[in-house]
Amino acid sequence: MYEILKREELNETVIRLVINAPRVAKKAQAGQFIILRTDENGERIPLTVADYDAEKGTVTIIFQVVGATTEKLKHMKEGDSLHDFVGPLGRATHTDGLKKVAVVGGGVGCAIAYPVAKKLHGLGCEVHSIIGFRTKDLVILEDEFKGVSDKLVLMSDDGSAGQKGLVTDALRALIESGEKYDEVITIGPLPMMKFVCLLTKEYGIKTVASMNPIMIDGTGMCGGCRLSVGGKTVFACVDGPEFDGHEIDFDEAIERSSMYRGFERHAHESACNLFKKEVE
Amino acid sequence: MANMSLKRNEMPCQDPVVRSTNFDEVTLGYTADMAIDEAKRCLNCKNMPCVSGCPVKVHIPEFIAKVAEGKFEEAYQIISISSSLPAVCGRVCPQEKQCESKCVRGLKGESVGIGRLERFVADYHNANAKKWPDEIPNNGHKVAIIGSGPAGLTCASDLAKRGYDVTIFEALHLAGGVLVYGIPEFRLPKSIVQMEIDGLKALGVKIETNVVVGRTISIDELFDEEGFEAVFIGTGAGLPKFMGIEGENLKGVYSANEFLTRINLMKAYRSDSATPIQRAKRVAVVGGGNVAMDAARCAKRLGAEVYIVYRRGLEELPARHEEVEHAQEEGIIFKTLTNPVSIIGYHNPDDKRDPMNGTVRAMRCVEMELGEPDASGRRRPVEKPNSEFELELDCVIMALGTSPNPLIKDTTDNLETQKWGGIVADENGATSREGVFAGGDAVTGAATVILAMGAGKTAANAIDEYIQNKK
Repeated sequence: MYEILKREELNETVIRLVINAPRVAKKAQAGQFIILRTDENGERIPLTVADYDAEKGTVTIIFQVVGATTEKLKHMKEGDSLHDFVGPLGRATHTDGLKKVAVVGGGVGCAIAYPVAKKLHGLGCEVHSIIGFRTKDLVILEDEFKGVSDKLVLMSDDGSAGQKGLVTDALRALIESGEKYDEVITIGPLPMMKFVCLLTKEYGIKTVASMNPIMIDGTGMCGGCRLSVGGKTVFACVDGPEFDGHEIDFDEAIERSSMYRGFERHAHESACNLFKKEVE
Repeated sequence: MANMSLKRNEMPCQDPVVRSTNFDEVTLGYTADMAIDEAKRCLNCKNMPCVSGCPVKVHIPEFIAKVAEGKFEEAYQIISISSSLPAVCGRVCPQEKQCESKCVRGLKGESVGIGRLERFVADYHNANAKKWPDEIPNNGHKVAIIGSGPAGLTCASDLAKRGYDVTIFEALHLAGGVLVYGIPEFRLPKSIVQMEIDGLKALGVKIETNVVVGRTISIDELFDEEGFEAVFIGTGAGLPKFMGIEGENLKGVYSANEFLTRINLMKAYRSDSATPIQRAKRVAVVGGGNVAMDAARCAKRLGAEVYIVYRRGLEELPARHEEVEHAQEEGIIFKTLTNPVSIIGYHNPDDKRDPMNGTVRAMRCVEMELGEPDASGRRRPVEKPNSEFELELDCVIMALGTSPNPLIKDTTDNLETQKWGGIVADENGATSREGVFAGGDAVTGAATVILAMGAGKTAANAIDEYIQNKK
């Protein structure tokens, strides 16, 4: 069992948990993910590692409430335990030789972008972070990003926080102003990553996107997480989760991500109703 | 007095119509009377041809003689000299290709139902005589077993019985490997697997789930930081194969591994499961092995019309005869001598947001005919010209075989592997790394439960010898 040592709501649907998982903490690196189950009959869901402390034996995860399992997770308290927590899975972010990087995060994807920015910053790389949210209330990790970025641009769809506009607007402005990046790393919703990659392709800047498809085991066994990259089928769990953004077939990935949408919506509603009943 | 009936005793089964809607075990096992009657068909041949067909050399005529006398527990003790998982093997071994294929009674009539008798004896023992073994004094030597499938379970059991301090590391959240994620409940009830695992724990074996060796910890760390003196790799062959045809990434195309894992490990067939599975209307399973039969019969139980699409003929199906028979009885439609060419998706030209976009609509297939024998001795299927046709479907399951997972190979220096990924091991299971042993599908590629079990036993002997000689 894996105890929840600390719980913190970053906004009304995004929660940060610090989990006691010494084996995972010892090996975790930025860019990798874990798979957890809340209880004995739970489903396996992948979440990217948001932070880790090998000495304390803790791993931090940040999640948005989108389905039944994240709804259950939201209702777990400090001192409760997760039934299963396995990792670190996938390959770590490739950072060798990078001198100047733009990290582009969107929504809860910023939770994953942050450890990447932190690692690059720690290696002495110049980090420009562009983080985007729908609106002010959804902004997370602004201070954390400030601490690890040489430049931070905050964007919101409605202009209620930072500048009004999309992360691609900010990225284009920086590139146009003469910033020369060795690489752009993007993590967020699939349509956002797709448009970031289309933009950087125009400028010929190498871009890495972190993918989070549906998966079960996370060790290469099921193939449910397969993607087309450069015309070849790859498994996000063992070959990724990060891939060359200019080679990813985003349209296929977007379609595949909706495989169980009907089931998920129904399951989420049932879970919500269950918790409501408990409150009543 | 020997029973000279040419036919073996039938094993009672659930009615096909009833069972194709539930996940309860299909075959119900012999009664004591049936078992004794069947055992009397054995001629107790001096040269024991059946034993030569058994990969682990179970003393078959001896245990059958005990069954004929009604001494079922004694029969069990004879089997357990050679086999650790008789309740499992009695259910899943391809007996018709092994022991039963050599049975003299099979020359004129049907062979003795050796597998059915093995199952009967094991079930009798589990129901009547099973008692946890006494914990054996620990000899202080630590051995790590990677993977809790048939190879790992057997190796762990044999070492624990000799006093070793054994820890099994399992990547998934539940121990059992392919016995829990792959083989369905209706063919191998999970309570049987759980009983074997409980038995191991009673022997003092520790099982750490949620540890992916190669990620969570490396083999080197097991030696250097955790104090293990030997490691056994029994990680199986878990990577699914796809055909590489167009449309394989459409929604509704599964690897058999994914489909079966969702159903067996995650219990997606139950309405209260948190894990989703597509409730398809028309399913094609591509392949002809046991895994294909399992996937097809699971899909049937979820309410679909199911096709097996296999490029050779009915005679060449590699699956156990009993599974093919059961699948046919349950109404699975066999499209043999048929090969997929591409999978066709649905796309709504007027609505890019139509949720059905990118889902399977049909599979384009070609008819095959059998040509000259190939390297495997089976006649090679060749395409019939102008025979393409479309099979309307909403789900395709690829059951084309599996290969070993590269995770350990990629994270362990100097561990020699074959080009196709199998770990190189000698006849005792020793690998190119000192103290590292391997066996089962991780070495041979996808094979059978009994071969993996045999390899686990052999490696346990070799590990014992290795550690005793090191002192």
